[in-house]
Amino acid sequence: MQPFTTLEGVAAPIDDANVDTNQLCPTRFNKVPRGPKYAEILFYDQRNDIDGRRTGFLLNRPPYDKAQLIVGDSNFGCGSSRETAVYALYEFGIRCVIAPSFGDIFDANCAKNGLLTVALPIATCAALRAMLHAAPGMTFAIDLEAQTVTDGQGGVHRFDISPIRKRCLLNGYDDISRTQEYRPAIEAFEARHRASHPWMFR
Amino acid sequence: MSAAPTGTARTLFRKLWDNHHVVTDEGESLLYIDRALAQENTYHAFVALEAQGRQVMRPDQIYAFTDHYVPTTGRAKGLAGIPVAEIRNMVVQLQDFARKYGINLYGIDHAQQGIMHIVPPELGIVQPGLALIGNDSHTSTHGAFGCLSYGVGASEFAHVMATQTLWQTLPSTLRIRVDGQLGFGVSAKDLILAIIATIGADGATDHAIEYAGSAIQALSMEARMTVCNMSIEAGGRAGMVAPDDTTFAYLDGRECSPKGAAWEKALDFWRTLPSDTGATFDREVVLDASLIAPTVTWGVSPAHALPIDTAVPDPAQAGNDKQRGEWASAIEYMGLQAGMALSDIRVDRVFIGSCTNARIEDLRAAAEVARLGKAQVPTWVVPGSQTVRRQAESEGLDRIFIDAGFEWRDPGCSLCTAINGDQLEPGERCVSTSNRNFRNRQGPGGRTHLASPAMAAAAAINGRLVDVRTLIG
Repeated sequence: MQPFTTLEGVAAPIDDANVDTNQLCPTRFNKVPRGPKYAEILFYDQRNDIDGRRTGFLLNRPPYDKAQLIVGDSNFGCGSSRETAVYALYEFGIRCVIAPSFGDIFDANCAKNGLLTVALPIATCAALRAMLHAAPGMTFAIDLEAQTVTDGQGGVHRFDISPIRKRCLLNGYDDISRTQEYRPAIEAFEARHRASHPWMFR
Repeated sequence: MSAAPTGTARTLFRKLWDNHHVVTDEGESLLYIDRALAQENTYHAFVALEAQGRQVMRPDQIYAFTDHYVPTTGRAKGLAGIPVAEIRNMVVQLQDFARKYGINLYGIDHAQQGIMHIVPPELGIVQPGLALIGNDSHTSTHGAFGCLSYGVGASEFAHVMATQTLWQTLPSTLRIRVDGQLGFGVSAKDLILAIIATIGADGATDHAIEYAGSAIQALSMEARMTVCNMSIEAGGRAGMVAPDDTTFAYLDGRECSPKGAAWEKALDFWRTLPSDTGATFDREVVLDASLIAPTVTWGVSPAHALPIDTAVPDPAQAGNDKQRGEWASAIEYMGLQAGMALSDIRVDRVFIGSCTNARIEDLRAAAEVARLGKAQVPTWVVPGSQTVRRQAESEGLDRIFIDAGFEWRDPGCSLCTAINGDQLEPGERCVSTSNRNFRNRQGPGGRTHLASPAMAAAAAINGRLVDVRTLIG
């Protein structure tokens, strides 16, 4: 996983609430092996009409075709557990999504792939989207160590993140390696668990 | 957090959490996972695992199901019956990975093949007190047995395969108490749609839900599974029901259920799991079951659900600009008019199936309505598993469906996730017993109205949405 430390890039406003992972990666593309093809898959059914022609969807147009951040609305990434939704964002170039709330599974999937999710209050997100609509191409900056988003007008917004997620993102740590350090504790737990609930094991 | 102090009244959820807690590190807990459920899309997890050169720690605790990509006709031909190479390859890859690592496999030719959320309960693989994960958001289904059951993505699934554990932050708890009796013609599907409409599509985000109250206790296991299945549509990663005599009676004698002395020991343990008297929840929502009507969705979120005897909402009457915009865009996508009666909505297709509603009780409810008429539009019935299919056929339900002009198909996810080749045409309107009415979910441009099996069958024989209570009884 690539470390995430700081980021400065074009931010795209996505106004809909409840952007589900089916929209981020339509189901029929779940077959595609992870790789650059996912850049085209992001929001495929919004970016292309039924005959395969490009639409005027925001992410098809400069400057948003180079966006690295998205500012969304509530419940971003709800629905299916498909991690391909994160592959699509990542391959398109998105490294950070700012929204009032996220689907729980999507949020976890982002963290495992070096993509930062930032939860800010609903009114703040609405104001940031309005700012972006008024000045397309505006860049936002993220400083993960300081836990801040700096908007295009210099406003600084602090965000919360769990210490462990922060450490993993900053260092690009592989989750499984971290857990392997606990292997003796896991095996000891398993032995106790098996002894007290033998019927759970075949 | 680590284990709660002993002597404290604990919720069902907290007991399950404590029973699987290995260590805590900077606010995250490492939970031991007893069972993990894979499907064809889990190949992303296997690829990641192999890229890191890792092994599967406990293959006998991992179960693989072919369901998302299997065809629902021509199954006698096995793999050769899948005409599209890319789709066939998804099934082949999962089967190959499962065999390579010695994982329990319910492949395309298995006599007990079926949907990953239907087969484990019917075989007794799911039991109270377990911690279970699945590479699918509807893994919340299994909480119906009083176990901790989470949907996870590919990375977390790979993590579980490598370590048999999952890192989690302790969520808040939400009790949804439903008291009173569900009315005539009202099912578990109507109940969960009403719950989601009440709390919203993100009403349970970061919460573990416990469904409780007399209306929940009165539900069969299959009905409880329907309720827990759609917890994720309210944002809840896990939803559960306290195990009771209904749970134990369901599990007794199933293939993987404990037997003899082990059964007695398990029962003693299972009886300790329900939330203690005095246990507190971070939030509570209370509903009156008797006020719930047959419910359908009109829009593009499961929270866009209303009683069948009402109308498509009018954006002019929305509470604020945001809601006005959301309703208007949903109505436009769905091709409806504000204020039209829901029972005036004509439909093009009906789908009875999915991990939400493809169990034997669902098919019985649909057949009871199907026998009253003839399909006015193409209608599919897709049983959730080979076991359900055989049971339905032994009861003659297949004949009832076929006589009514419904298509009786082979088990799989089919038109719910629309990835095996079964899908809607652009603009087609489908009444579906599945769980998601998102834009394009059942195929690009497809329009979905979620409903119960009885309501779906009623729509099939009327060619429009209709209140099933006017047809039966």
